[in-house]
Amino acid sequence: MVGVKLFRTWSSPFALRAVWALKIKGIDYETIFEDLSNKSPSLLQYNPVYKKVPVLVHNGKPIAESLIILEYIDETWKHAPLLPEDPHERATARFWAKFGDDKVLTSIWSVFIKQGKEQEEAMVPALENLKFLEEELKGKKFFGGETIGFVDLALGWLGNLISILEEIVGLKVVDGEKFPLLSAWMQDFADAPIIKDNWPPRDRMIVKFQALRDATIAAAAAAAAAATSK
Amino acid sequence: MEKQSEVKLFGTWSSGYCTRKKLALKVKGIPYEYVEEDLSNKSDLLIHHNPVHKKVPVLVHNGKAIAESLVILEYIDEHWNHTPKLLPEDPYERAKVRFWANFYDQKFKPSIYNIMTSKGKEQEKAIEDSREVRKVFEEGIERDFPAKSPFLNGGPLGFLDIVVGSSACNFKAMNEAVGVVVDPEKNPAFCDWVTAMKDCPLMKETLPPHDRLVAKMRSKFSLHSAAT
Repeated sequence: MVGVKLFRTWSSPFALRAVWALKIKGIDYETIFEDLSNKSPSLLQYNPVYKKVPVLVHNGKPIAESLIILEYIDETWKHAPLLPEDPHERATARFWAKFGDDKVLTSIWSVFIKQGKEQEEAMVPALENLKFLEEELKGKKFFGGETIGFVDLALGWLGNLISILEEIVGLKVVDGEKFPLLSAWMQDFADAPIIKDNWPPRDRMIVKFQALRDATIAAAAAAAAAATSK
Repeated sequence: MEKQSEVKLFGTWSSGYCTRKKLALKVKGIPYEYVEEDLSNKSDLLIHHNPVHKKVPVLVHNGKAIAESLVILEYIDEHWNHTPKLLPEDPYERAKVRFWANFYDQKFKPSIYNIMTSKGKEQEKAIEDSREVRKVFEEGIERDFPAKSPFLNGGPLGFLDIVVGSSACNFKAMNEAVGVVVDPEKNPAFCDWVTAMKDCPLMKETLPPHDRLVAKMRSKFSLHSAAT
């Protein structure tokens, strides 16, 4: 099998990273949309360990895990580089990409799936993590400098998912006054060519994430009730 | 040639993540100054160099800090890009190594930690879960690296040897401290690899001293371990 295939879902923010990278590099590829409640045999064959999207398949060779996919794309098609050349700058970029996934995403998700006092408490680490990103943007338009780079793609989910989550919970997380640089970056990134043409439909996202929040809160309440009734 | 003081490694003697950096620097022949941190009383320098996580290991090279274990390893390979190389050259081979290094850190290590920090029925489940994870790992490594074992085939240590070996080689200490964590009879392939790595001279001289590690693990995990 020759060519590039990308297994994704319509909504996965992780898969969008690969979409953006391929489009920035001008690589032709075929999209296979997966229904995660009914995974295709191909997906299970190409990602037997995690059985998740995204998976990039290049000339029959599968690569899983979105940040690893980004590195593969950057190393295979060397024009329009996503990572800088200097080893220390590359290490810094990888650090912030990992920070985004390990800390920013998890802490914001925590705010999203909680309510009341628990949600207030979850806001504290979420805002602390965002402050680090705000600092990192000082003197820069994008995390990559003048142009979009590896870290921008890794953190890019902030560019549209934040406002969706904020709308659902009725809470402002990235306040323009507290986070002027981050707010400006989110706008610049979301409106950038290539990026703006590939966001999933907002109304569909709101329905999906509202349902996810409701289900998570219900499950947590059921678990708490079961624990106290023993 | 780098001056001794140009490369500093902040770490703790028992941390497998720190062992990784020592191994990588030694493989590349880079002299470095090692700074032992007391994590109950972190130095101002550590906090200055890693303000985000305030953790070890941190590599400081010419005054510039790099944190996060796998990020540091890639930096060492890229900055000192002479042979021996830690990562393979081909992008697809590199992707596979990165995948399994990530799997080891995100799935394998936590599954072991769960055994060490649970007891009774919970620990039995944790042992079973960990065995499953090890199976996935063994099968995956065999599938993705069919030509040769990535673990010490007479060549110098590579990225995955360093990532896995730095903590896997301590399983004997864990088995002694807490009770059987990795059973050679249940995971023979994995244990063979670990034994091969342990025989590597560089690994022998870099791993934390066995008895000291057993003592530390006993005191750290004694509250959780099941009665043996």
